[in-house]
Amino acid sequence: MARYDRAITVFSPDGHLFQVEYALEAVRKGNAAVGVRGTDIVVLGVEKKSAAKLQDSRSVRKIVSLDDHVALACAGLKADARILINKARIECQSHRLTVEDPVTVEFITRYIAGLQQKYTQSGGVRPFGLSTLIVGFDPYTGVPSLYQTDPSGTFSAWKANATGRNSNSMREFLEKNYKETSGQETVKLAIRALLEVVESGGKNIEVAVMTKEDGLRQLEEAEIDAIVAEIEAEKAAAEAAKNAPAAPKET
Amino acid sequence: MKCTLHFSYISSPGSHLISVFLLVDHLQSDLKDLIIKNTNMKLDTTGLETAAPVWGSHSELVDGFSAAPSFELPITTDFDGFQKEAVQMVKPAKGTTTLAFIFKEGVMVAADSRASMGGYISSQSVKKIIEINPYMLGTMAGGAADCQFWHRNLGIKCRLHELANKRRISVTGASKLLANILYSYRGMGLSVGTMIAGWDETGPGLYYVDSEGGRLKGMRFSVGSGSPYAYGVLDNGYRYDMSVEEAAELARRAIYHATFRDGASGGVASVYYVGPNGWKKLSGDDVGELHYKYYPVMPSTVEQEMVEVAGA
Repeated sequence: MARYDRAITVFSPDGHLFQVEYALEAVRKGNAAVGVRGTDIVVLGVEKKSAAKLQDSRSVRKIVSLDDHVALACAGLKADARILINKARIECQSHRLTVEDPVTVEFITRYIAGLQQKYTQSGGVRPFGLSTLIVGFDPYTGVPSLYQTDPSGTFSAWKANATGRNSNSMREFLEKNYKETSGQETVKLAIRALLEVVESGGKNIEVAVMTKEDGLRQLEEAEIDAIVAEIEAEKAAAEAAKNAPAAPKET
Repeated sequence: MKCTLHFSYISSPGSHLISVFLLVDHLQSDLKDLIIKNTNMKLDTTGLETAAPVWGSHSELVDGFSAAPSFELPITTDFDGFQKEAVQMVKPAKGTTTLAFIFKEGVMVAADSRASMGGYISSQSVKKIIEINPYMLGTMAGGAADCQFWHRNLGIKCRLHELANKRRISVTGASKLLANILYSYRGMGLSVGTMIAGWDETGPGLYYVDSEGGRLKGMRFSVGSGSPYAYGVLDNGYRYDMSVEEAAELARRAIYHATFRDGASGGVASVYYVGPNGWKKLSGDDVGELHYKYYPVMPSTVEQEMVEVAGA
């Protein structure tokens, strides 16, 4: 098997592209990232590794905007992410220039996925080691969307998804607890999913929300702390409610 | 001269194929040929061409745009003069009359059907309104071949856009695509003066696009040698809130008057209407018959009559 993972362009006898699978491994080692789509809002949340004391945390924004109405979060190799994001931003503007219309979320996702695929089918290059979560609103219909791409170049739309470290547990949580939400409820759902795998606290998660009117907004640490506190209170109340009915039976 | 040769071969188990990839640094082509001739193998260099983007050959900014078309330039001493001559030779006076205007109910498009080569009328039945797709029309003025080909090409691009994006392209987008193509051929002798009229999600749209690369959005346009005459009638009779029949009649009259005064316009006045459900051809009337419809022959009293004089 060893001789089938050296060059990207070679299939293994049982149909694997090992370089692509190794890229997916790199993604699994990256930060946890979660995205949730609400009826009028989309939320992206990313795990923030505790910043070094001397590091300026504003320079390591993990959630970026591609255009006024599209934002992206990713898990995996951050250097690869920079290149992909730059190309995507240029494509957003190029689209505005050639057809005088902003991109749709599906269009730019397709473009990014196409780029990732191109690098799985060329000689001498390796795939991008990141999966992206792309959110945004359709510029005409105002419908919110969430898409995910991965190093193999596939993409699909989701109601809620997670990628990166412990993404399976986050996705399980989302599958159990997802329902159509809007506004603050959507934000809470995203943060609750992240808290399953990340130490709680505003310092360890970065959250951004996007609405049709206001575009992308990064939440302040204080705001996140407040929501986390709300979530913990709700959890405690639920625990208490679970234990309370048992009490009357005892008497 | 330093040269290093690298050999590597990849063989797959169970097959007898061996490919040899040769990488040669800093060699001049004649030396390379010498080596190739002396090694009695057919070197397969297709593997050296990668599908990956060539690194560093163009800047990040150009990545998103496709290269402008180009062809080999002719060898002349005075290329600028040659270019001017070529443009002058190919630039016909756009002998035609086409017009289009937006009104309350949609877009009205009309054109004549005469093709002329200098003073010779080569055809009286040219289709100058080109159907790009069921909800978009283009008009033809200038070189007939240029207009027909590029409109057809635009139709292809619009359809591909629909298939890729699952929604129709806007009139804005379609006219921008055409304008960009024509701009990239600027100075190479294309002669196109067209109007793109259509109905999209934002309502009726009308753009004028020409081979100089210009693109204008507007409510009323007329293009061609007969356009001054058509503008006179069109601007005089235009109101935004007309019915479809009134607008059609205005368009028909404007074309008729242009064909009456302009020698390069004539034949049949076709009128098309573009509404929310797409375009529909309303009428195609011979302008000669239109003349007698608008100005019927009245019997008039004879003022002087010549009679035979009886033998003097």
